[in-house]
Amino acid sequence: MAMMTENIIEIRNLWKIYSSSVIHQDLNLDVHRGEILSLVGGSGSGKTTLVRQMIGLEQPTRGKVKVFGELMDGSVSQHVENARNRWGMLFQHGALFSSLTVFDNIALPLRELKTLPENLIHDLVMLKLDMVRLLSADADKMPSDLSGGMVKRVALARALALEPELLFLDEPTAGLDPESCESFVSLIRTLQSALGLTIVMVTHDLDTLFELSTRVAVLAEKHVIICASPKEVLALPHPFIQSFFLGERGQRAMTALNLRKP
Amino acid sequence: MSDLTTPNLHIDADKQDISVRATGVWIVQQLAARGRLDEIGKQLAHVHSKNNSDNDKVHWDLSGITRLDHLGAQFFWNLWGKKPPNHLQLGVGHDALFERLAQLGDVGLLKSPPLRFAWLYALGGALFRFSDHVVGFIQMLGQLALDTGKLIKHPLRGPWREVSANVFHIGAQALGITALVGFLIGVVLSYLSSQQLRLFGADIYIVDILGLSVIRELGPMLAAILIAGRSGSAITAQLGVMRVTEELDAMLVMGIPHGFRLILPRVLALVIAMPLIVVWTDVMALIGGMVSAKNALGLSYSFFINTLPAAVSLPNLWLGVGKGAAFGLLIALTACHYGLRIKPNTTSLGEGTTASVVTSITLVILADAVFAILFKDVGI
Repeated sequence: MAMMTENIIEIRNLWKIYSSSVIHQDLNLDVHRGEILSLVGGSGSGKTTLVRQMIGLEQPTRGKVKVFGELMDGSVSQHVENARNRWGMLFQHGALFSSLTVFDNIALPLRELKTLPENLIHDLVMLKLDMVRLLSADADKMPSDLSGGMVKRVALARALALEPELLFLDEPTAGLDPESCESFVSLIRTLQSALGLTIVMVTHDLDTLFELSTRVAVLAEKHVIICASPKEVLALPHPFIQSFFLGERGQRAMTALNLRKP
Repeated sequence: MSDLTTPNLHIDADKQDISVRATGVWIVQQLAARGRLDEIGKQLAHVHSKNNSDNDKVHWDLSGITRLDHLGAQFFWNLWGKKPPNHLQLGVGHDALFERLAQLGDVGLLKSPPLRFAWLYALGGALFRFSDHVVGFIQMLGQLALDTGKLIKHPLRGPWREVSANVFHIGAQALGITALVGFLIGVVLSYLSSQQLRLFGADIYIVDILGLSVIRELGPMLAAILIAGRSGSAITAQLGVMRVTEELDAMLVMGIPHGFRLILPRVLALVIAMPLIVVWTDVMALIGGMVSAKNALGLSYSFFINTLPAAVSLPNLWLGVGKGAAFGLLIALTACHYGLRIKPNTTSLGEGTTASVVTSITLVILADAVFAILFKDVGI
């Protein structure tokens, strides 16, 4: 059992205060190795802020955030730099470099290491493109020529370039049509099991949530009110959960959950 | 030797068979360490030199690898010539990586063959681009004329709020920098000329020299160059970002034409503001010249001011102010022209802004030369 619950991320007594408003108040959260953890909450509940603190883009006002055992407090050390190479982030709008081709976007993190030969980089980029189910003909395109779904795939390929163990997804399916949304979800699931990834995901989309999550962390009242399997979360009698999951929208998505786990 | 956190190779060479045993961690962070790939390559070159036939006789034992990722797998795969070797032993769970590589096969990036007569294509491309710019510029000028007609017909429906905002940004907020530069140029010019004039005892002609050169030439040029750098770039960048964020498309969808609501107000604002800035720069440069004339030559302020109207005839002032308006028109049109051509990516934004400033300054200097030739008999 001890092996099962190795914590990749540990958040302890986290407070985040912007000039006048408290975003997080005494928040605790663990992310276990190999799971897909979804963060849900109303808009403005600080989901994205929490993820930004995990990857060190913002610092907590009080409390500790540890990723791979390294304290993320804004100090720059070799350990933090090494930890940084062990995670990837998929931004909500892709955040592709608009002046680089698809190929160069994915090759960028590999080239930044400055030691890999170009032919190896080429093969790896082609492999990543294949893994996110893009064609080699897409490699020469510019980000402005891509559809929304393709942008997300390229961004995912770039996030996976350095073979991360931990992947952050910010609204992975926002802005996609149902079909590409579904294929992106199945892509994430395939990659997660093939590469043994740990995934932390922010999402509003209930279908995605129930399809993927091993555990769901609900952010409300400035802290995590529950972090458990989807079924246990649904059983909690809390007004936010009732309205978020058990509305008409939720009922439809629930059928997916029941189909998946009979 | 058997460090478990780094990639290691153990090579055993018998008479016939060579066995290569890999252990440790073969992941990107380890392999990317400086010099590591070279080191491994050197070790393997050793194998190849010993076994100068082919790879088939080499026994590969990768079962000692504790962690392997796609980079490590790809490294071996390339080593084997992109096919699995005859004798291979893999670690637990590592076969999936190689299966994926085998499935992908050899995918090359499609490279178009190099063109013959590439310089001819480049020349042709440059010509087409140039003519495209010229046509675009003329079209914009035509659209501007139509929009101006529309404005004269229905003056109350004009974009006056935008015009006044632009006059404020382009004109009022540029007063400080134009004053500073104008004053300093006046001081420099006056000191330099007074040195020469004193040699000939022609001290009082400092007023003629300063007055004529500042009001006729330097004032409009200084103002135009400063405004081209300051406001021309701002207009181009603003329109470019509107392209990137699709605001330009949104305007068209709502039936708001770009010419009437974006270009016309900016052109009008610059045509109104530039002559005023030219006068302001003239005044500041003359004050600078006056101050240093008093220091260097001892000319009193009242003498300077009283002599000025006689030294510089009125047409010179009108010429300077008129040039200001013409330069304003050129700067605004160039800035809008480049701004609307920016493509939605970051490189194009930078290139467009640079091209806009360089072109507008060049155009201003060209136009100044034309003015100098056309009006060579006026006011002198």
